[in-house]
Amino acid sequence: MSNQIVQGILLGGYYALIACGLSFMFSVMRIINLAHGSLAVFSAYALWWLASRFHISPFVGLLIVLPLMAAIGWVLQRFLLERSARGGALLPILTTFGLAIVIDNALFEQFGADTRSLAPYIGSLSYDSWEWPGSIYVGKLAVIMFAAAVVMLGGLQLFLTRTRLGRSIRATSEDPDTAGLVGVDARRASALAAAIAMVTVGLAGAFLGMRATFDPYTGAPQLLFAFEAAVIGGAGSLWGTLLGGIVLALAQTLGAQVHPQGFLIGGHVAFLIVLFIRLSTSGLGLRGLVRLPARKTT
Amino acid sequence: MSLLAVENLVVRHGLLQAVRGVSFSIERGETLALVGANGAGKTTLLRAIAGAHQPTAGRVLLDGADITGVPSHKRVGMGVALVPEGRKLFVQMTVEENLLLGKTAGRPGDWSVERVLDTFPNLKPRRHAKTGHLSGGEQQATAIGRALMSNPELLLLDEVSLGLSPLVVDRVYASLQGLISSGTTIILVEQDLNRALSVSDKVICMLEGRVALEGPSKGMSRDEVTKAYFGLHRKSAGSVPA
Amino acid sequence: MDGSANVILSAAGIHKRFGALVVLDDIDFAMNADEAIGIVGPNGAGKTTLLSVLSGAFPPSAGTVAFRDGDVTALPATARCRLGLVRTHQVPKPFSGMTTFENVFVAASHGAGLGRDEAYEEALASLKLCGMLGVANRRAETLGLLDRKRLELARALAVRPTLLLLDEIGGGLTDGEASELVDTIKELRRRKIGIVWIEHIVHILLQVAERLICMDAGKIIADGEPQTVMADPEVVRAYLGGGPK
Ligand SMILES: Nc1ncnc2c1ncn2[C@@H]1O[C@H](COP(=O)(O)OP(=O)(O)OP(=O)(O)O)[C@@H](O)[C@H]1O
Ligand SMILES: Nc1ncnc2c1ncn2[C@@H]1O[C@H](COP(=O)(O)OP(=O)(O)OP(=O)(O)O)[C@@H](O)[C@H]1O
Ligand SMILES: [Mg+2]
Ligand SMILES: [Mg+2]
Repeated sequence: MSNQIVQGILLGGYYALIACGLSFMFSVMRIINLAHGSLAVFSAYALWWLASRFHISPFVGLLIVLPLMAAIGWVLQRFLLERSARGGALLPILTTFGLAIVIDNALFEQFGADTRSLAPYIGSLSYDSWEWPGSIYVGKLAVIMFAAAVVMLGGLQLFLTRTRLGRSIRATSEDPDTAGLVGVDARRASALAAAIAMVTVGLAGAFLGMRATFDPYTGAPQLLFAFEAAVIGGAGSLWGTLLGGIVLALAQTLGAQVHPQGFLIGGHVAFLIVLFIRLSTSGLGLRGLVRLPARKTT
Repeated sequence: MSLLAVENLVVRHGLLQAVRGVSFSIERGETLALVGANGAGKTTLLRAIAGAHQPTAGRVLLDGADITGVPSHKRVGMGVALVPEGRKLFVQMTVEENLLLGKTAGRPGDWSVERVLDTFPNLKPRRHAKTGHLSGGEQQATAIGRALMSNPELLLLDEVSLGLSPLVVDRVYASLQGLISSGTTIILVEQDLNRALSVSDKVICMLEGRVALEGPSKGMSRDEVTKAYFGLHRKSAGSVPA
Repeated sequence: MDGSANVILSAAGIHKRFGALVVLDDIDFAMNADEAIGIVGPNGAGKTTLLSVLSGAFPPSAGTVAFRDGDVTALPATARCRLGLVRTHQVPKPFSGMTTFENVFVAASHGAGLGRDEAYEEALASLKLCGMLGVANRRAETLGLLDRKRLELARALAVRPTLLLLDEIGGGLTDGEASELVDTIKELRRRKIGIVWIEHIVHILLQVAERLICMDAGKIIADGEPQTVMADPEVVRAYLGGGPK
C-alpha cells in the first residue's frame, strides 16, 4: 500500500506540472485556457520531431522548444487573447476553445493519427528505478518529474513575490489601469505572463511525452487532469496546485485499487467532492470556488 | 517654456463630455490648485494628463513635446505621477510592495521605501500588511508614497487629504512644501479652499468641464472662488464659449 | 451614558485583534436612540473597526454588543440590518453592473423587506434626499468617488434604519456640498434616526454631533460635549496637532 501511495504522490508531481500553467494563466490573466492540453501536446510533438528527425535528445530539445513556447505565449496574448478580452470575459474562453481545435487538427494533418512517445529517445531513464527502503521501487523519471514540479512552482512563487517583474505581473492582474499609472507596461506584463505560462506548458508536454504516449487528440484529457488538479488545489495558489495534483493522483490510485477501471473515476469523484465542499462552505457559490479576487473597476 | 501645457482638451466618458475644451499651462516649480464642485471634471482632467484616459481632442504638452498619444506607463518615466482619486492601491499586495511598484519606471532620485516610511511614520508598523487591510488614512498615505517613489517632476494629487486626520494632513502639506521647494511641479485637487489657496501659486476653478475662473492664488478671495463654483463668476479668458 | 432605559445600542468590553495587532482595546460604548454621535481620531485608531463590530461585519475578539435590548453579538450584519442597524462603508462598495437606482432599490426591497411598489417609492425618496436623481440611471461603477459615497448613504437610507452608522461620507466636499450633506443629516435627525458618524472634517461633523468621541490606539480617550472634547489636551495632541503651519 505504501508503495502505491508513493507512486501516487509522484504522479501528483506530473499533474501539478500540467496544472501549473493553467492555474497561473487563470490567476494572473483571468483566462481559462482551453487550449492548454493541446499546447502541451504540441510541445511533445515538437520534441518528438526534433528527436526522430535530428536525433536531438528531448532534454536538449527543450532548449529549443521552451523558448519557442514562450514566443508562442507572447504572440498568443498580444495578438489573440488581448484583442478577444476587449469583447468581454467569455470571448477569450471561446477563442482558446477554437485554438484547441485548430491545434489538434493541425497536428493530425501533419503527424497523422499514430501514437508517439518520447520514451525511446531518453534511453533507460524511462524504465530505470531506484530502490527505496521498504523495497519500494520508484521510477527515476517520476522522481525527476516531481522534483521539476517543486522547483517550477517554487521558482514561480519566488519570481512573483520577490522580483520587480513578478510584482508588475501581479499588479497588472489586479488592476491594469492603475498599473499603468505607476509605470508598469500592462500589455507587456500580460504578454510576459503568457510566455511564462507557456514555458510551463512546454515542460509539462515534455514529461507527458516521456512518461506515456500521445496522439493529436491527447490534449483534451490532459486539460481535464490539469483542470481537476487546479480546482482541487484552489486555482490561483501555486502550492495548492501541487497539493491538488497529489490529491488527484492519490484518488486515481485508490480508484484503481477498488476496481481495475476505477482509475479515472477515482479522480473525478475526488474532484466532485472537493467542488461540493467548496461550494457549500464558501457561501459565495461559483465565485468562491475559484477564489477569483474581484477586479477593480475604473 | 512651460513644463505642462494643455490645449483645448476634450475628454469624454462615452457620450458625456467631462472635460470640454480646457486650456492652461503651468511653469516648472509652480503649484496649481484645481477646484470645482463634484462632477466638474477635475479627476477626468488629471487622468487625461497622466495618460490613463485618452482625450477625444486637444493636446497635452510636456516640456514642449506632444505627449497626447503616449501611454500612461511611459509618462511615469517622463516624470508625471498621479495619486489617483480613491487611492487605487493593489490591495492584495503589501505596503512595501505597493511602494516598490512606484519605482518601476526607474527614474533617479532620492525617494526610497525608508524615506516614505519616515514621512508617514504610521505606515512603519504596517509595512508588511496587505493594503486591503489598512485603515483609510494608512491607504491614502501609501498611495501618496507610491507616487513619490517614482521621483516625479510633475505630481498630480487628486484629493490627497481625503480621509486623513488633521494632524496627518498637516504633515502631508509640510512634506508638499518640501517637494515644492525642491522644485517639483504640482497640480492638486483640494476641496479645503484655505489650504488650496495658501499652498498654490495659481488656482483654476472648473465648472461643468470648463475653466470658470483662473488666476494667481494671491489676492484671490474665497468668495470669488466660491462664486465660480456655481458659475456666478464672470467667465475668465481661459474658458471656451459655450 | 446616563444608563437610562433609552439606550438603543451598547457595547461592553470590546476587544478586536487581527493576528498580533490589537485594534480595539476594551471599548465600552452606549448611545440613546435619538443621539447624534461624532467619532474622531487619528488614522488607524480603530474607528472603522469599531463600526464594523457594531454593525456585525465581523465579530469582536471579546465583548458583547446589544441593540434594542437584545444581545446581537452573534448576529450577522444582514440580521442587524433588518433590525434597523445600518452602516455605510469608508471605501464605497456599490453593486457594480447595476445602476444607481437598482443599487438603492435592492437595498429597499431586501434590506428593508419592502414590497415592489413600496421599495420603488422608498428608493426614489432616498435618492432624492441625497440629491442623486440626476445619476439614477448611470451604472454604479461609472460614478465618481463622491457620488459613490452619496450612493452609500442613499442605499443605507433605503433600508429605513433606526440607527445609522456613517463612515467618512463628508470628505472631499466643497463648502456648498458639505452644507447640503449637513442638511440631509439634519433631516434624518428630524425623523428620529440615531446617528454615529466618523469624520475627519471636524467642522462639518460639529454641525450635527451632539456628543463627540475621540479614539486613539484602540481606546476611547475622550467622550462628551463636542467643544469640551475638542479642547481636551489629549485630543489635541493625538488628533488635531497644532493646526496648519
Ligand atoms: N467612468 C465614467 N463613466 C461615465 N461617466 C463618468 C465616468 N467617470 C466620471 N464620469 C462623469 O464625468 C463627469 C466628471 O467627473 P470627474 O470625476 O472628472 O469630476 P470631479 O470634478 O473629479 O468630481 P469629484 O469632485 O466628484 O471627484 C461627471 O459627470 C462624472 O459623473
Ligand atoms: N482586516 C484587517 N486585518 C489586519 N489589520 C487590520 C484589518 N482591518 C484594520 N486593520 C488595522 O487596524 C487598525 C485600525 O483600523 P481602522 O480601519 O479601524 O482605523 P480607522 O480609525 O478607521 O482609521 P482611518 O481614519 O484611517 O480610517 C489599522 O492599523 C489597520 O491597519
Ligand atoms: Mg474627482
Ligand atoms: Mg476608517
